[in-house]
Amino acid sequence: MKFIKERLEYLFSSTKGLVLVAISMISLVTAIWGTLSGPMVEWGVRDFTVRLLGMKLDPFFREGRIIMLYHTIAMAVIAIEVYLMTSIIPMKKSQKWTINATVTVGYLSSMIFGLGFAYFGRNWILHGLFLFGLSLMFFTGLLLAVALWPWNKAYRVSSPEYAHTKSGVDLERVAFFTMVVAALGSSLFGAVAGAYFGNGFETFLAENTVRFAHKTPLQLGIIGHLHIMLTLIAVAITLIVGRWLDFKGIYHKIAMPLMISGTIVITLGVWMVVPFELIAHIIIYVGSTLIMLAALMLVIYGWRKLIRERLNELGIKKAGFFRGLKALLHDPLKFGALWQMVFMNFTVSGVGIFMAVKLDEIFRVWPWREERVTLTGHWHVLAALIATIILMYYADLVGLKGKLRQWFGWILIIGSDIAFAGATIYSLKRLFINPYYQEPLVSKIFLFMDIGLAAVLVILALLLLWRLFDLFKGEGVWRREKENPEVEVAKTSTVAE
Amino acid sequence: MRRAVLVIIAVSLMLMGCAHQPQKWDHPTIKRIETGVDPNSWALVPAGQFFMGQFRNLNHLKNIDYDYEIMVTDVTNAQYAQYLNQALAEGKIKVEGNDVKGYYPGEEFTGYRHERKIGPGYYLYYALERPGSRIKFDGKTFTVDQGFENHPVTMVTWFGARGYCQFYGWRLPTEAEWEKAARGTEDFRAYPWGNEITPHHANYDLSNKELRKILGTKHGITTPVGFFNGRKYGDFQTEDAKSPYGLYDMAGNVWQWVADKHERMSDRFMKGGSWMDYDIYLRIWAYNSSLPWNYYINVGFRCVRDVKENPLDTQEKKPGEVEN
Repeated sequence: MKFIKERLEYLFSSTKGLVLVAISMISLVTAIWGTLSGPMVEWGVRDFTVRLLGMKLDPFFREGRIIMLYHTIAMAVIAIEVYLMTSIIPMKKSQKWTINATVTVGYLSSMIFGLGFAYFGRNWILHGLFLFGLSLMFFTGLLLAVALWPWNKAYRVSSPEYAHTKSGVDLERVAFFTMVVAALGSSLFGAVAGAYFGNGFETFLAENTVRFAHKTPLQLGIIGHLHIMLTLIAVAITLIVGRWLDFKGIYHKIAMPLMISGTIVITLGVWMVVPFELIAHIIIYVGSTLIMLAALMLVIYGWRKLIRERLNELGIKKAGFFRGLKALLHDPLKFGALWQMVFMNFTVSGVGIFMAVKLDEIFRVWPWREERVTLTGHWHVLAALIATIILMYYADLVGLKGKLRQWFGWILIIGSDIAFAGATIYSLKRLFINPYYQEPLVSKIFLFMDIGLAAVLVILALLLLWRLFDLFKGEGVWRREKENPEVEVAKTSTVAE
Repeated sequence: MRRAVLVIIAVSLMLMGCAHQPQKWDHPTIKRIETGVDPNSWALVPAGQFFMGQFRNLNHLKNIDYDYEIMVTDVTNAQYAQYLNQALAEGKIKVEGNDVKGYYPGEEFTGYRHERKIGPGYYLYYALERPGSRIKFDGKTFTVDQGFENHPVTMVTWFGARGYCQFYGWRLPTEAEWEKAARGTEDFRAYPWGNEITPHHANYDLSNKELRKILGTKHGITTPVGFFNGRKYGDFQTEDAKSPYGLYDMAGNVWQWVADKHERMSDRFMKGGSWMDYDIYLRIWAYNSSLPWNYYINVGFRCVRDVKENPLDTQEKKPGEVEN
């Protein structure tokens, strides 16, 4: 009994345990649901999974199923970000416990019951419990906003190196707070429209409406919701990575006002999509530029720091380009988290800007189905890039060192980037090949994508298997993490307690 | 580091190699396969209510209050070539370089975002000598590449599809007419034959591999119209995948242009999915869209015609009949 109690305590009360559970849940869902599409269908794996688990894949409800699947995975990702935030941002212990407990029940309810409803027979009790889970996630947001209240005097900046106002208000805390408030409003934005379509059970995928001249306000609401929520998840992970790397100094002081204003502007822009669609896009561009500049500050700061620290370790005072580069690449986890933010510009932002500029000239000449591939491709890549950044942070948290750290980090970077580059090339294939001749190219791209994704999934599986077997050890890593449950970072202000 | 650079260069070269494409279209031929389905046959769709779209509720209960007939199969390459010859002889179309063009009277333009101005004038009907073109023109006559005669015509624009139907006194189906013809009225089904799909029901992404062996091609292409009719071709047993009204290829093979012009939009819609698509695009309510002057290797069409009270009272022109 003690055996189970101790492990459950670790898994559900320590930050590191909670993150492990959430990553495991996402991995499990990805492993099972990943067999329902792509080459798995051709290989007959989908049929096997469906038969084995008794899934019901009614062709009429595919869109609804997919929406629930996206939501369940997103809730778990949000939960991970919440766990990390409650650990790295000073707040009262009672607040941290309440928030973590609420978000845990929230994401697990939405995930288990949501997938149960969507894929195993549409039992409406399960749908109700899915909504209960989502409601708890919203409530978590409210609790988090209260806990993060930046004007609380207990959380004034303790070091002049961190961005702050004259009165000492911690601007990084303001950035987190702004992101949480924006997420609360934006989730309501989706919930209102979602309730309408969900109740009538007339679900649709936003990309299916992209060419309609007339979109209803609720359709626009859905489109706005999905864009801003993913953006805010990206903002949150950028801020979290900043704390991981102890983001400070002049870059921090430039980045935080940019991040705060960018978050506000982009959120308002997205909300304005409903009444003023045309002008809203311009506002969104402004907001996203501010956020990307903030992220750029983090990347510059982070890479400079990585080089400096490595050269100091080696006792080198001055280094040329190649030595500097070698020092930068020394730690693939920290380098990779920032590199993925840069890579995002090639596969997500760059593609998005190119699409916007050449929409009528190129993308609207293609059949809608091809434009749809590009649209779904770019946000899948963004979501997956965020996931790899989380994994890099997690690998650092569990203390991967030496060769293991190198192998894990580099396979994660190279595998995922090959896959995402492949997805981007696939989505833009009509730019450089006639459809009649595309098949050999598409087959090769799929091969690269499959190899890249397989590499990532294998190392993730190995990591999780290690953690699973570790749980059976009396004095495993889990015990160290139980005794030292918090994420160790330099905090911007003193802990109030 | 050096190894990494080499790997990146190698990968880049491989991708560049993949992008190689021949310039000249050499009109490959294939073995002709007979399906036993007559492309000149029509099916009657009686007036009445039906559920349109994905959701079975009263909001989506539609009524078509007239009988109409719809082609049992997509228009074939042979039929389209015959039309081009007739229309050329009558001066209804013209050939400019590799473009076959015909007249379109234009339509209302509101200047809405992404809307294109489509004024009266000559527009592309059929794209000759492009990769995937199965009809060729020797300066006098249009002919079809050997083996592709009974394959659905592709590389035809919405204007070209409309032109064909109009030439014979028919028209393109509306989206509602198309969906009713695909689904019928007896039940609420996802595909024309029911709710399950396998590679034996239609020509789509998943059936490509098997079909290549039968068609003798290196990659996926169209199948002859009416291919999935319960016949066995070699070792490949097809399902009799017809719609409740006896229509073939209402899912897969080629997308089919439909007539509807949506307000403030220049795009025209297509239905049915194609050999290049996943099963989700073959569902009855799924759609695709493009500008009316675009042509693709996986888009064709079929026509509908009104049912005359007196069959003798008709202004239809017979295929093959040329006006002097």
